[in-house]
Amino acid sequence: MRNITALRAAAAATAALLTATACSTQRGQDDQGTVAGGTCKGQQTTGITDKTIKLGGIYPLSGPASAYGTISKGVAAYFKYVNDHGGIGGRKVDFVVRDDGYQPPKAVEEARRLVEREKVFAVFQTLGTPSTAAVWDYLNQQKVPQPFVATGASVWGTDTKHPWTIGWQPNYVAEARMYAKYLKDEKPKAKVAVLYQNDDFGKDLLGGFKKAVAGSGVKVIAEESYEVTDPSVSAQMTSLARSKADVLLDVTTPKFGSQALAADAKNTQWNPVHIVNNVSSSAAVLKPVGFKNVQGVVSATYFKDPADPRWAQDPEVKTYQDAMHEYAPDADPANQFNAYGWAVASSLHKALDAMKCPTREGLRDAVRNLRDVKVGMLLPGVTLSTGPDDAFPIETLQLMRFKGERWQLFGKPVDTRKEFGPLTD
Amino acid sequence: MRSMTAVLDRTRHGRFALAALLAAAVAMAVPFYFAPFQVFQLTMVLVYAVALAGLNLLVGFGGQISLGHGAFFAAGAYTAAIMLDRFDTGHLATLPVAAAACFLLGLGFGVPALRLRGLYLALVTLSLAVFLPPLLKRLEAVTGGSMGLTVEKPQPPAWSGLAEDQWSYFVVLAVSAVALLVARNLLRSRVGRALLAVRDNESAAEVMGVRLSLHKTFAFAWSAMFAGVAGCLYTWVIGFVSPDSFSFVLSITLLAGLVVGGLASLYGPLLGAAFVMYVPSVAQDLSEAAPGVVFGLLIIAVMFVAPTGLAGLASRAGGAVARRRAGAAASDRSSVAEPPPESTSEPSAPRTPVDPESVEAEPVGAPPRTEKE
Amino acid sequence: MSTLTDLLQQVVEGIGSGAVYASLALALVLIHRFTGIVNFAQGELAMLSTYVAWQLMASGMPFWLALPVTLAVSFVGGMLVERLVIRPVQGAPELTVVIVTVGLFIFVNAAAGLIWSFTVKAFPQPFPDGGIDLAGVRMDWSTVGIIGVVAVVMGLLYLLFQHTSIGLVMRAVACNPESARLSGIRVSRVLMLGWGLAATVGAVSGVLVAPVLFLEPNMMGGVLIYAFAAATLGGFDSPVGAVVGGLFVGVAETLAGAYVDVIGPDLKVGVPLVIILAVLLVRPQGLFGRAAVERA
Repeated sequence: MRNITALRAAAAATAALLTATACSTQRGQDDQGTVAGGTCKGQQTTGITDKTIKLGGIYPLSGPASAYGTISKGVAAYFKYVNDHGGIGGRKVDFVVRDDGYQPPKAVEEARRLVEREKVFAVFQTLGTPSTAAVWDYLNQQKVPQPFVATGASVWGTDTKHPWTIGWQPNYVAEARMYAKYLKDEKPKAKVAVLYQNDDFGKDLLGGFKKAVAGSGVKVIAEESYEVTDPSVSAQMTSLARSKADVLLDVTTPKFGSQALAADAKNTQWNPVHIVNNVSSSAAVLKPVGFKNVQGVVSATYFKDPADPRWAQDPEVKTYQDAMHEYAPDADPANQFNAYGWAVASSLHKALDAMKCPTREGLRDAVRNLRDVKVGMLLPGVTLSTGPDDAFPIETLQLMRFKGERWQLFGKPVDTRKEFGPLTD
Repeated sequence: MRSMTAVLDRTRHGRFALAALLAAAVAMAVPFYFAPFQVFQLTMVLVYAVALAGLNLLVGFGGQISLGHGAFFAAGAYTAAIMLDRFDTGHLATLPVAAAACFLLGLGFGVPALRLRGLYLALVTLSLAVFLPPLLKRLEAVTGGSMGLTVEKPQPPAWSGLAEDQWSYFVVLAVSAVALLVARNLLRSRVGRALLAVRDNESAAEVMGVRLSLHKTFAFAWSAMFAGVAGCLYTWVIGFVSPDSFSFVLSITLLAGLVVGGLASLYGPLLGAAFVMYVPSVAQDLSEAAPGVVFGLLIIAVMFVAPTGLAGLASRAGGAVARRRAGAAASDRSSVAEPPPESTSEPSAPRTPVDPESVEAEPVGAPPRTEKE
Repeated sequence: MSTLTDLLQQVVEGIGSGAVYASLALALVLIHRFTGIVNFAQGELAMLSTYVAWQLMASGMPFWLALPVTLAVSFVGGMLVERLVIRPVQGAPELTVVIVTVGLFIFVNAAAGLIWSFTVKAFPQPFPDGGIDLAGVRMDWSTVGIIGVVAVVMGLLYLLFQHTSIGLVMRAVACNPESARLSGIRVSRVLMLGWGLAATVGAVSGVLVAPVLFLEPNMMGGVLIYAFAAATLGGFDSPVGAVVGGLFVGVAETLAGAYVDVIGPDLKVGVPLVIILAVLLVRPQGLFGRAAVERA
């Protein structure tokens, strides 16, 4: 008797569930993307209307890489600023930020959320190589643009199977080429010691550097790696000092950059030319070490450092500072990651403006057909350029040397593509 | 008296079968109802649940703490990824290999683990989890180094008419259902009883003839195997592995998930997996500025409210309800009518009657309130 | 520089890192002695204390005034943490308490990021610049200073454990809170004291290492792993063991990373793992730990 009752209840529940499935399934709705008519017939217009455009971004707001999370604040501030000044081509931007904690499975989940639930027009920026690599198959299958990913791995540009994904910042190999050129010109017999982070970033940069100096008098004579989980790099610095190299190539992320600069300054018996990579070149990294300890350090850059007094009167930097105060009061405008976010968002603005069709396909094609596009936050002489055989928007950098309390640019901006030829895998 | 027990027994079996059936029906219907994104989330819950069920064998029933299960998870994931990437084997072939590899790995680790207890074992296993990512980076020729490996996801066969997310879900559902059933049966077997005896009083168990070292070593191996199976499923679902995906944080997250879900409970792993999967998003919805602040607080809050885990909380709440309601069958129905959303998808973990005493005290055949005959 | 000098220089380097690990390991040992648990949040609490010191100095307080204030704040803070976060789960299974400390870890880390951002901050070095030079082997004053302070803290803890009545009381509490309560010990007070003292020792650790590691919310994350290794190796009960374990781990991994090519700097973290495993297989209670006698 009890079983019969229970059975009935079960049957009823199942029936109810099936009915619910049939009537109000949440599934069907998600397949309905929208498409365009007219000349852009058949192209996807999901997430974009005449009045709005919805973008999603995935950043590490929690976890070990949270330091980069602030990029999203620079991006969001830019879009809010643009929205208050007429939007992008009359469209207001709705920018949805999701947190992946720098974990690839979480990035996949959030990418799916953005595409299927939020129905974004494009996933504008995923941060870090692991997260980006975890989602690019999915986004390309779904034909959702993944423009300007926040990682400099060269694979985003050399790969041909993911037309919907493209990088933005100079890839690590391009940056390595810049330092190689500097040494070949200035110190053709340099013996180089390298400190690098043991991940795609460090390996890509080190590998690019070795390739770029191959056949020249510049030799890598010592290399030491560290893990992001290591407390400190001081043991590695001691090992490198043994090599007596005359150049130290410092491929580190901010905290380790500060540690390496401090260790170098402390060791009075070893005084190599210290080249610090762009990620750690921010004033925020150098200042804690003490400006007197980092004189003469060399780096390369491509966008304007908001902490650099040279740009204090620059109209774009002023706009940025004001917008940050207004739209992101809790973020520090002097933090270069915020400026990075601003620069990449304004680059996307240019790409959206250049779309022939206001569709996902339009954006995909636009980011791959940029012709010397100028962006206010980028250094003079650095522009966005892509083409059918060039999927690297920025490949031009300029060297700088630290003097007094700020970086001083020197030499001319160098187009590493022209100098070294296109980058192939 | 004997017949009475038999009736009770039969009723309970009937109910069990029924609940299992119902759960199975729900689990089968889910991917047709929810959006692909939600189906993906549920799939990941199942993946983590398998890993937690394995950890539960060791921690919940064996009383040994492991902070290194992320390493076994990674080993399983990488075994599958390498087979798919380098040797182009089918997906199914990777499962037994990953399981066997992790079983052996666990066996290897289980032997020294015998000598260690509590804290010391936990911290040695933690260093295993810390050591694995750099090792994976070093073995670049096979593992793809820090760039990781991207592999094909299982594609739905044409006859099924299913989408990729649905197919992944069903595949994972099938594997995890089997895995969870195996875990459950293991516990009901001699092995499980021996483990419990050892956990509760090691010396006494030994005196009574339980072969301690054997059981403890095998507990480790079984547990590692489950983590490996979960890792293999992970590779199928995510289609990408990289060393930094398996940092020691994963191991700590797994242990936290298990404790939050409920140790030594059959469906604790499911609740824990759901917690690990859903709560970070909830945390972000509550505070975009610092999801970590909310997530940390939520962990603490759950432990305050349910010191023995969510499963224990559910039991206590269920028990209270059952006691309050005169109609004893109500407890059964209420658990069917309002199961926690995450556990609906799991057929193999029906709610066990909370408080066996109260269930057995039920008057057989007492009419439930809604019954109309 | 000869190879021998090189070797000695690396040993000194290892001792420097080892002292850093040992400083936090002491706090871990302390809390374990008092409460019988592993505190995952110990490193983050130390980081938080360091931020307190930094904030005080940023508002103009001199270092030698900020330090005692920070230690006092940390002591009270540690007791508050016990009262507010740990007390509610007192009596729950041990793992529950451990997971609460994991939650605390995540919370404190994120909160620090929210308040002070993830940008690295300079922390003033209390010890003079430069160092001593012995036959080409150089040791910074900061390393000397860290070792000195760690030795003093270790000595104090040793005295506390062995020669005060509180040492006996807390051993009773850690072993069996129920019996301790029955014999008239106010268990909650002892636990609060334990958390307060551990937070203070942690604060010392944070202030010591911040000038070298640079202050940011993840500063102690990496140290914690090695501090666990140090405490495990030395035996979780012994302050002397924590220091010896820390130095041993620091020297071993530095030398292996620098001189053994197969290991290299990337796999050097595996060296302490192997050593610990080897030691524990012979002495399951660690080098200096006391073997527990089971009561059936």
